[in-house]
Amino acid sequence: MKFALASSPHQRVNRDTGQIMRMVCYAALPGIAMQCWFFGMGVLVHLLIASATAVATEALILELRKKDFERAVKDCSALLTALLIAVSIPPFAPWWITVIGTVFAIGVVKQLYGGLGFNLFNPAMAAYVMLLVSFPVQMTAWLPPQSLAEQSHNLMDAISIIFSGFTTEGYSISQLRVDVDGVTLATPLDAVKTGLTQGKTVSETLGLSIFNGATGIGWFAVNAAFLLGGLFLLQQRVISWHMPISMLAGLALTASFFYLLDSDQYSSPWFHLFSGGAMLGAFFIVTDPVSGSTTRNGRLIFGAAIGIWVYIIRQWGGYPDAIAFAVLIMNMAVPLIDYYTQPRTYGHRSNSSNKGARR
Amino acid sequence: MAITPLSVEDIFDRLKRGKRWDFPGGVHPAEHKTLSNQSEIARVKLADKLYIPLKQHIGVEGELQVSVGQKVLKGQPLTHSAHPFAVPVHASTSGTVVDIAPQVAAHPSGLSELSVVIEPDGIDQWIDLKPLSNYQEMDKAQVVEAICDAGISGLGGAGFPSHIKAQPGKNVEFLVINGVECEPYITSDDRLMREHAWQIRQGIDVLVHLLAPRHVIIAVEDNKPEALDALSVACRDASNYLVCDVATKYPAGGEKQLVQVLTGREVPGQGLPIDVGVIMYNVGTCFAIADAIFSGKPLVERVVTLTGGALNKPHNVWAPLGTPVEHLLSVAEYQPGKQASPRVIMGGPMMGFTVTDARVPVVKITNCLLVPSVDEVRNDNAEQPCIRCSACADACPASLLPQQLYWHSKAAELDKAQDYNLFDCIECGACAYVCPSEIPLVQYYRQAKADIRNQRDEKDKAERAKRRFEARKARLEAEQQAREEKHRKAAEARKQAMQNKDTDKSARVSDAIARAKAKKQQTENVTEPVAETQPKNAAVAAAIARAKAKRAAQTDAEKKPEATVQPSPAHNHESDNDDAESAAQRKQRQIAAAVARAKAKKQQGQDVNKTTPAQHKSDEAGNNEQQSEQDIQRQAESKQQRIAAAVARAKAKKANRQQAQNTSDSDDVTEEKNSQS
Amino acid sequence: MDVLSAPLAIGLLALAFGAILGFAAVRFKVQADPLVNQIDDILPQTQCGQCGYPGCRPYAQAIADGDEINKCPPGGEATIKKLADLMGVEPKPLDAAHGEEDVKKVAFIREDECIGCTKCIQACPVDAILGAAKHMHTVMADECTGCDLCVEPCPVDCIDMVPVTTTTASWRWRLQDHLQQIPVKQVS
Repeated sequence: MKFALASSPHQRVNRDTGQIMRMVCYAALPGIAMQCWFFGMGVLVHLLIASATAVATEALILELRKKDFERAVKDCSALLTALLIAVSIPPFAPWWITVIGTVFAIGVVKQLYGGLGFNLFNPAMAAYVMLLVSFPVQMTAWLPPQSLAEQSHNLMDAISIIFSGFTTEGYSISQLRVDVDGVTLATPLDAVKTGLTQGKTVSETLGLSIFNGATGIGWFAVNAAFLLGGLFLLQQRVISWHMPISMLAGLALTASFFYLLDSDQYSSPWFHLFSGGAMLGAFFIVTDPVSGSTTRNGRLIFGAAIGIWVYIIRQWGGYPDAIAFAVLIMNMAVPLIDYYTQPRTYGHRSNSSNKGARR
Repeated sequence: MAITPLSVEDIFDRLKRGKRWDFPGGVHPAEHKTLSNQSEIARVKLADKLYIPLKQHIGVEGELQVSVGQKVLKGQPLTHSAHPFAVPVHASTSGTVVDIAPQVAAHPSGLSELSVVIEPDGIDQWIDLKPLSNYQEMDKAQVVEAICDAGISGLGGAGFPSHIKAQPGKNVEFLVINGVECEPYITSDDRLMREHAWQIRQGIDVLVHLLAPRHVIIAVEDNKPEALDALSVACRDASNYLVCDVATKYPAGGEKQLVQVLTGREVPGQGLPIDVGVIMYNVGTCFAIADAIFSGKPLVERVVTLTGGALNKPHNVWAPLGTPVEHLLSVAEYQPGKQASPRVIMGGPMMGFTVTDARVPVVKITNCLLVPSVDEVRNDNAEQPCIRCSACADACPASLLPQQLYWHSKAAELDKAQDYNLFDCIECGACAYVCPSEIPLVQYYRQAKADIRNQRDEKDKAERAKRRFEARKARLEAEQQAREEKHRKAAEARKQAMQNKDTDKSARVSDAIARAKAKKQQTENVTEPVAETQPKNAAVAAAIARAKAKRAAQTDAEKKPEATVQPSPAHNHESDNDDAESAAQRKQRQIAAAVARAKAKKQQGQDVNKTTPAQHKSDEAGNNEQQSEQDIQRQAESKQQRIAAAVARAKAKKANRQQAQNTSDSDDVTEEKNSQS
Repeated sequence: MDVLSAPLAIGLLALAFGAILGFAAVRFKVQADPLVNQIDDILPQTQCGQCGYPGCRPYAQAIADGDEINKCPPGGEATIKKLADLMGVEPKPLDAAHGEEDVKKVAFIREDECIGCTKCIQACPVDAILGAAKHMHTVMADECTGCDLCVEPCPVDCIDMVPVTTTTASWRWRLQDHLQQIPVKQVS
């Protein structure tokens, strides 16, 4: 009798890479729904464009690299990258922004480095930064929440404006950004920053119509929805708690410190946690396993450092939101962090003795 | 871990209060234990043939004590050795040794190892058993020896010789009895504890007598309440025995992990549990020790779990060691149709290995045969790229970084893999179990470890070769020097002689002549072909001839002073004279030698003639002597033939070589020509 | 004065840094193993002489003096690669003129044919053959380097080079040798 040979263990958990990626995608659905609700259907259109581009790019490059692209596409990692790009860019940004970003993310940041598992940087964030630096106008053209806008818009408008630049009724994107009072609206983070440069205190700025309580209308809901999705991922043990919690803690603690120092100059930790991409970043972007730290302590340091960087860039940097920059900066530090946070192996006093030997 | 080391009593109190430590990582695979633990351990009928490998433990194998065709009794030792790390193996039943040859081994490689094949006679008759019921009054060394002679090595999986652990030479604080059995599917220890708790207790008593530990901890995973109850009842009256339940988590039954869970101590990287005052035995080993001491039975059978979805009757059996897998499969009603391809795992699903052949025997460490149905195992061929999710690091009970180990192992960067403590990996499989990319991580580590070990061996060998080479070189140089020294001295002596020449010329001359003569005679003696191989008479004759020659030489020497008396100016002339003289003498001597030779020859012939009647006589006396003589003759003949053959071969080789040289020479020439042109 | 100050400053700086570097060079000097020893450690120590030198150390010396690194068939590609790393040169394929890489072998004397001539004993570079004149010889397999040097001198051709067999102890966990499923494969 001929027996089949295999190496132990012969049992495995029933969760492969594709399932993990799909679960992350599902967890992002509430957040996407909220975005649609408050900022229009544009995000859905971008999601479709990005997904198609990502899968096509991945398949093409894998074909060129003579790899089995069918399985690689099935692992859904490209889809997740596409999703993150789509939710990060403004909903009514032109279509080519998404295409360029996605092609860059998959083609350059991911595949040029060797494909899944080998990229140093988070592909979605690297693409976002590339777009932000290259197309600052389009990338910052966030619409105000629909309830505040003078012109309402629907899915057809969204498609039309993404592909032609004008709604079906002929309004341009800049017209859509004007509120009923005829004031061009920005995101809350933007507004606070602009307000501060104009000499207003945070609380004065927060009196503007786009703010609803401590955070902006819509933004709170979107962040809360992403938080919900993140909690689902934690509960399912798809992600570990280390990175998101430490990142939020890093952000909140830094914000609290400065808020307590001077509440006129610095906005509250609450505002920071529920503005911009904080929750999306904490649960969906920072937790990217490929470009993150791999040791337990390393993940804590990695997350916390991102939180601090986010605050620093938001507060003193030139850009309103900072998740992408913070993530990329810390991506670069990962090998260093991993090196110095190796756990103590069972039965060894410490790892310092090995470090001397390694060089 | 523990900031202030707890005292032994503190640890024991803590355990009594139901508190345990935890080990990092670990996984919770589906247990599937109820599949096989519902019925009692069954006896199976004997297989047609038993294949008993000579080595079933960690250490060295003993020397064979049986030969093919020999009848053996159940429990009869098949090997024996005085080596401390050798454990004997025994015949598992009575029968006949039908073969001793390499047979496929219970090893993942499927390579062969020397095994004794026994055909049972069906009587199953024990050898005379010598129990040591009064072991408490005996010398400890005697008890330890009995354990060794019973062939007991760890039955938990590693197969470490039990008698070595029984004489630790250090103070034993905790004796831990491991009944954790954390691997899914396996229930052999579970059933053994349920059914034979008292005998296990007896085995523990023996170990306590040998080791004198402060406390005894019997650890059982909390998914085996019946076993816990049985052992608690059995150990109720002993105050320093504590039956401990351990939280179900794989691999809590690993030696190092269990030490950590129970005592909070960590076994040092390269060390043994005794380094932290702990000695651990498997419950099955305790059972076997009790068998050996109280009934004198060596280890010839063990409990094996037959389980898995492709078996109709999963249950536990007492399997005689050496029983081939196919026999047990038929006992458990194997259904090949339920598997994609036939696959039998020896051991559990996490650490077991696939057997290569249906004839692979049950050995001392075989605790389970798992025959999974198609939906119970994952396809092995689904490896995807690592996404660095670190699930493996979270699952690792040794706090290693499996991912880094994987990169370095895969890239064959063995040094770096070792820097990440590759050798602290216990190959529990938790990392590969959780890996979403289905990377066979443990397989990579095993390959890397094997490569490192082989490289190390090679390095050692190279180092040894270097030393031997250098020693040889030194020796040759020393010899050369000694030779040169000798030459130098000889030259000096010659020089000295040259200086003395003027004063003592003629003496030297006669000296030289004497030397030459002696030499000539010597060569003559040597050239006599009779010398060595002839019988005594010939040798005597030769001796006589030599004596004559010597005498002749002596007369020469006597003549020397005569020659030196008259110093002659005509040097040449004298030497001519001398030559003439010596020629005459030589002739004489030659004649004498020839006569001696002839005599010797004649005597030899007579000898032969004599021996023939003698042979006839001895024929009458007994055939043996004659036979032996004939043997000798035959041997001599065959030796001659062989020598002849060797000579012929040598000649052939020489001829060959010359030819080859010629051709190569000519080749060289042509090549040279070519290169020139 | 201004014209002078710049070169002066530069000069002083250069002096200062030079002093620091010089001090560092003396203070933190690393005692390196001589190159020949390092090369010798890499070589397989079969002492077979296939490289054309009488042993591994002479070849190590030759490499240190600039000889090619690809003359060692017993070491094969692995040794060439290590040597290339050490010497900082490109690895090159084994020089076929010195032989080809082969599986590891040890010498084995067919003892009933041995005539006890001691020629192989004299040839063995590591004294791995036991025996005396007119007594059969035998090879200590553990010490044999598989150098082949004893085969040629034997007048009766009773020495075989036997490939070293894999045992369960030296098995390298290559399941794919069993021509079945390959659990380890190359991805991405």
